Amino acid sequence: MSTLALHNAGVAIDGHWLLRGATMTLRAGNVTAFLGPNGSGKTTLLCVLAGLLTPSAGHVTLHGQDLHSFGRRALAQRIAFVPQDTHVSVAFTVREMVEMGRHPHLRRFERVRQRDHALVEDAMRRADVWHLARRPVTELSGGERQRVIIARSLATQADVLLLDEPTANLDIAHALDVLDLCQQLAHEGKAIGLALHDINAAARYATHLVLLSAGRLVTQGRPEDVLQAAQLNQVFDVCTDRTHAADGTPVFVFYRDRHEASNPDEGAARGETPS
Amino acid sequence: MNARTAVMLPGSTTPAAHHERYITTRVLGALLALLCLSLLAGISLGSINVAPGTVATVLAANVLPHGWIDVRKVSEADSVIVWLIRTPRVLVAALVGAGLALAGAQMQGLFHNPLASPDLVGTSAGGAFGAVLAIACGLATRSLWYVPLLAFLGAMGALCAVYAIATQRGRTPVATLLLAGVALSALIGAATSLVISLQFVNYQVAQEIVFWLMGGLDSRTWVHVSMIAPCVALGALIAGAVRRELDVLLLGEEAAASLGVDVEHIKRLVLTSAALLTGAAVAVSGVIGFVGLVVPHMVRLLMGPAHRRVLPASALAGASCVIVADVLARTVMRPEELRLGIITAAFGAPFFLYLLLTRARDAAVR
Repeated sequence: MSTLALHNAGVAIDGHWLLRGATMTLRAGNVTAFLGPNGSGKTTLLCVLAGLLTPSAGHVTLHGQDLHSFGRRALAQRIAFVPQDTHVSVAFTVREMVEMGRHPHLRRFERVRQRDHALVEDAMRRADVWHLARRPVTELSGGERQRVIIARSLATQADVLLLDEPTANLDIAHALDVLDLCQQLAHEGKAIGLALHDINAAARYATHLVLLSAGRLVTQGRPEDVLQAAQLNQVFDVCTDRTHAADGTPVFVFYRDRHEASNPDEGAARGETPS
Repeated sequence: MNARTAVMLPGSTTPAAHHERYITTRVLGALLALLCLSLLAGISLGSINVAPGTVATVLAANVLPHGWIDVRKVSEADSVIVWLIRTPRVLVAALVGAGLALAGAQMQGLFHNPLASPDLVGTSAGGAFGAVLAIACGLATRSLWYVPLLAFLGAMGALCAVYAIATQRGRTPVATLLLAGVALSALIGAATSLVISLQFVNYQVAQEIVFWLMGGLDSRTWVHVSMIAPCVALGALIAGAVRRELDVLLLGEEAAASLGVDVEHIKRLVLTSAALLTGAAVAVSGVIGFVGLVVPHMVRLLMGPAHRRVLPASALAGASCVIVADVLARTVMRPEELRLGIITAAFGAPFFLYLLLTRARDAAVR
């Protein structure tokens, strides 16, 4: 069972704190969603968790061991990261892209083997890109490309999966497929971390929520505790109505009170998914 | 390396994987056949043509144990032309071509730019400066080794300087590397011009320098083969070792890092390999343009972007290209020889423009 934890971690670039005093734990079997307006530090937090950014303060541990005591390869075997921007300019085939997920497991002169092929094919099936295997990745739609990158992260067999706004480019059906897949992977014992803009999706799929604002973790915990209208109003600078879906899951409707909104420029982050 | 890629793996569980491997094997096989043909043509054709049968006899007599092949039918002149003049020359041509193409393929991968070339980081300029200095100081007349040695040192020195300039806080952004390479190349070019202009009173030396700068393979011997072969072998070995990292780097440095690639380490390896390959090529043949630029690009159009296919195919195609260009240089204006750099530029530049224009058109369509 894996746990990836931040201990009072902060990231400063040129004296400006993008993330400060972050303490949280990503547990195996959980879907942890990071919510917050644009620029609140979600991507920075994910990069720190993935070991792609070294925190300027505090530290990160994986299974209680400092993240930076792992080598690059060892880390890539344990933590997979799906960036928000999945644009690829080189015409690799989908199979070749997913095969790159095996890279952290292959020694320098080692060839891709039967076992790797099987894992690659399994990953492609799970992310629903099997039918695209021979297509150049440059010819895919944004949603298909996103699923290819998810397939690649599955092929790494990492226990921790970090996805930066994985549903941002997807239509509703594929967004739900991706979130279902995340939930299923969590059930299989992986630790899933998601940066999300869609608060309703977070309410439905996440088992643990972290709310960020201006580089600080405002609050974290179970969705029903974190998703309080007053809290959301303050963090996202909106007005929130909370209702319920037929199955009892909370549903949030957001609107802006134009008269009271203090800063009209900060309204980009609302409940719906931006393009 | 090609043999490794060409072997049919048992691991493919889908027809797609089989099909891909089939195509790869066929293209690599065709390129290998092309290389053998160009080698044979390169030895047979020239100011005096030697019959392919005679070529085969002489080669066999020299490679196989003494006494196995009957060489009494071959004249002494033919024997000398084939074994001591033409064979080392085509081998140097093949190694130069393979080296330049391999270096180009790696640089294009590293710079994420299919139009990058191996001399971007100053190796050609540095190599040329080293050689010009050796010729100008009169070292060239003392030993066969001085010009290649100084050219090689110049190439490596230029790369180290560019790398040092572009590296800050342990990171070397490729954009900075590129710009530092362009700037330093211009500076070294000016220094080379200075040395040439100072030597202009000495007509013979100036002529030798200018000829060297145009690139050529005249009077290359087995000594030159032994100079370039280890460098190309080592460069190719490094290239083969980082083939997967080059693929992953094409997705961007962050993606590469998240897949376990130590990006800065790979940059150093790739630059070392490219500098070894171009440095050795410049050392034995002078400045030969467009091979490192055009060949990998052509190969990519044929076989897709994966380096496990691009690298061996580029090496084979590059070797054939330079051999054929050298044959043209020898035969177009027989008995005069054209400079090799002129031939590669004459064919490479228009082709490069053609690629540019088709790319621009494709982009416009999209």
